[in-house]
Amino acid sequence: MAPQTPDDHEHRTTTLEAFADTIIPGEKRSAGDRAVAGVSRGGGAVQAGAIELLEWDATGITGGLDDFAAALNRHAAAYAAEHGIPTGDGVPPFVSLPYEDRAAMVRWLTAPGHPEKALWVSLALFCNMAYDSAAHMSTVDALAAGHPGLTSMGIAPPDADGLWRFRAWSYGRPLADVHPATTESGSPA
Amino acid sequence: MNSVERTDVLVVGTGFGGAIAAYHLAAGGAKVVMLERGPWLSSGEFEHDYKLGSSYTRIFDFVVGDGMSVLGGNCVGGGSVVYFAAMPRAPRFVFERRGSIHRRMWPAAIDRDTLEPWYDRVEESIPITKQGWDDVSYAGGLWAAACRHAGRTANPVPAAVDTSTCVNCNWMMAGCRFDAKQSLLLNYLPAALAHGAEIRPLHEVQSISRNADGDYRVHYTRVHDEDYRQTEGTGTIDAKVIVLAAGAAATPVILQRSEPALGPMPHGVGRYFSGNGERLNTAVLNEDRVREVLGLDRGDGLGYAANQIGKGPTVANWDRLDGSLPEYSRYSLEQLYFPPGLGTILALAEDGSWFGPRKKEMLERWQSWLIIFQMIEDDNEGVFGPPPARGNADRLSQQMLGVGRLTYKPTANTLGAWAMADAECKDILERDGLATVTPWTNDLVGAYTVHPLASCRIGDDPHTSALDDRHEVRGHPGIFVTDGSAVPGALTVNPAMTISALAERAIPGIVAAARERGVEVTYGAPAPDGSTSGRRGAAHLVPALMRK
Ligand SMILES: Cc1cc2nc3c(=O)[nH]c(=O)nc-3n(C[C@H](O)[C@H](O)[C@H](O)COP(=O)(O)OP(=O)(O)OC[C@H]3O[C@@H](n4cnc5c(N)ncnc54)[C@H](O)[C@@H]3O)c2cc1C
Repeated sequence: MAPQTPDDHEHRTTTLEAFADTIIPGEKRSAGDRAVAGVSRGGGAVQAGAIELLEWDATGITGGLDDFAAALNRHAAAYAAEHGIPTGDGVPPFVSLPYEDRAAMVRWLTAPGHPEKALWVSLALFCNMAYDSAAHMSTVDALAAGHPGLTSMGIAPPDADGLWRFRAWSYGRPLADVHPATTESGSPA
Repeated sequence: MNSVERTDVLVVGTGFGGAIAAYHLAAGGAKVVMLERGPWLSSGEFEHDYKLGSSYTRIFDFVVGDGMSVLGGNCVGGGSVVYFAAMPRAPRFVFERRGSIHRRMWPAAIDRDTLEPWYDRVEESIPITKQGWDDVSYAGGLWAAACRHAGRTANPVPAAVDTSTCVNCNWMMAGCRFDAKQSLLLNYLPAALAHGAEIRPLHEVQSISRNADGDYRVHYTRVHDEDYRQTEGTGTIDAKVIVLAAGAAATPVILQRSEPALGPMPHGVGRYFSGNGERLNTAVLNEDRVREVLGLDRGDGLGYAANQIGKGPTVANWDRLDGSLPEYSRYSLEQLYFPPGLGTILALAEDGSWFGPRKKEMLERWQSWLIIFQMIEDDNEGVFGPPPARGNADRLSQQMLGVGRLTYKPTANTLGAWAMADAECKDILERDGLATVTPWTNDLVGAYTVHPLASCRIGDDPHTSALDDRHEVRGHPGIFVTDGSAVPGALTVNPAMTISALAERAIPGIVAAARERGVEVTYGAPAPDGSTSGRRGAAHLVPALMRK
């Protein structure tokens, strides 16, 4: 493997952040935030910890992240050239694309028949999981820390022992007629 | 060392098919060893945690294929540890299905009536509760009320859940912390152990060969207990009888890999796979309309907003389970819960997108989601390609995620049935502005199933069934298959009850074959808790099953 300069790693990170932000978008972390496109309010996959999750080798995709970022930027440069979008303002090509174009690229890369589809779907899967299940953190800690995904989904907190129990769960009354052909033990006849 | 380990019966996999066989054979006096690729956890170890490496990812398996991804269990207890425990019997018409072969696909010996005593045996062994409306979760109640509003019936679903200890946490897929779910860890498996059966976790069976004396040799790999991509050596065990029960996504792969050593496998090995016709729809409810149209109120001002609360599926619509309807137009629509992660990525926002700002807005309304699970009649269109290096997948992540060799190209029959069921979900749930409904996309990981079936099925026709009606692999005497692979096709309801009933029915034949091979074993154990009425009910069927 080629030696990495800090610059390469930074480019890799912003590229992957831009990808994660395309999957579940969030608001810009600062005025100069280029990776996060800022098309949504509140935290998105990036703020939820997508990079942390991707960089954890338990996912099985960590070893491929350099290649993911490089391929994404190659595709983005070609896409930008084709659509006459200017790039090269000091950020990687994918990062320099507006949100709609990033999204168009993700749709294309994950469409049935695209030869790299499985790879991009797996990257998207982990970005999504960073947001909706905080798979890099204990769920109890994530909720306590106000994890943006779990919080905005309205996941109810657990009991003090970290386990969930619901004391009310049912409307508690018959809400439909059962099928006339039902056996005594409740199965279809 | 050249001492060879020997046993009478070697069982591969510890799910329904494996546990039932191991219990009866051990109770009947045979020496039984079970090999299980996953870890062995007990209820205290089942965590409420989505973090990679928690019990959820240790015991769960997700194999991506070409056009079909399969979800299942990966632990001692198999699917019973991670499943939702809905245990209905299959409707009568299912056994008369013709499917893709245009003639009856079930063996002539099996129909609903002849399977009934075996269903009874299962129901006595795995306590199954006929749920009442008090047990039905908000999500199930909502589905029932929507069905009634649309002029339909709705049934609480029988479940292997002790509703008196269930806390409705909806963490069933991570294993039940409260022992409310009646997994195999609470019945058949402890009973098998009590009769001397041994369970070896983290032992992944790769193939079978045959010794000069006619016994079989099972070749396994030991799997690292945290990083399943790593292996820790290999071994073999000799046995007189093999029971394969690695699940319908894994059993045919073991047989395929054994072909060079054992000789040609029947045509049906690794073909005719069915995903039980599964497909999911997500409804996002309008909370105001839930109150106004359905008159539902949780008592705290909320109409619904209870996606997180419950115990998996509690209510199903069975109006289409009507034997007078044509094949491929019969299906059930069951309310379901799927946790975040696997349960959200494939859901489509109103604009048809699976990612982006609209999807994020949909996720913000997650508590108002209602997931509806369709089980249609598919066309057994799944085919397994050549086996991977080990197991049934190339493992990608340390746990859970791998890439397998199953190809599934849905036929027009399957697609038509899904479209019909999609339209009905929409019709029921979009009435009067109750909800917006979208199906899960099949474009990302293909279709998906938690109910793999039929990849090594029973039947009367040797060309289209790998097993005879006693579950023996054709041409390979002494090798039996008792898991979901054996079920001939889609059932239109959850399959574990039928898989288990077929496994119970297969036991007398396996006992007879073991005796022929010199194993001292008898048939006739009671239920794991000692109850005997199921045994009495099935007794008249046993002699015929013990005759070849
Ligand atoms: C999330 C979820 C919910 C479900 N809910 C329901 C429900 O409500 N009702 C219902 O009826 N069904 C449900 N199912 C399906 C049900 O769990 C399966 O149909 C059932 O478990 C299949 O039983 P089986 O004996 O075929 O195999 P399994 O139960 O899958 O057991 C196979 C075992 O073999 C092991 N194995 C695999 N390969 C090897 C190998 N090479 N060597 C050794 N061991 C191996 C596996 O780890 C597993 O433990 C659900 C499934 C899932 C995943």
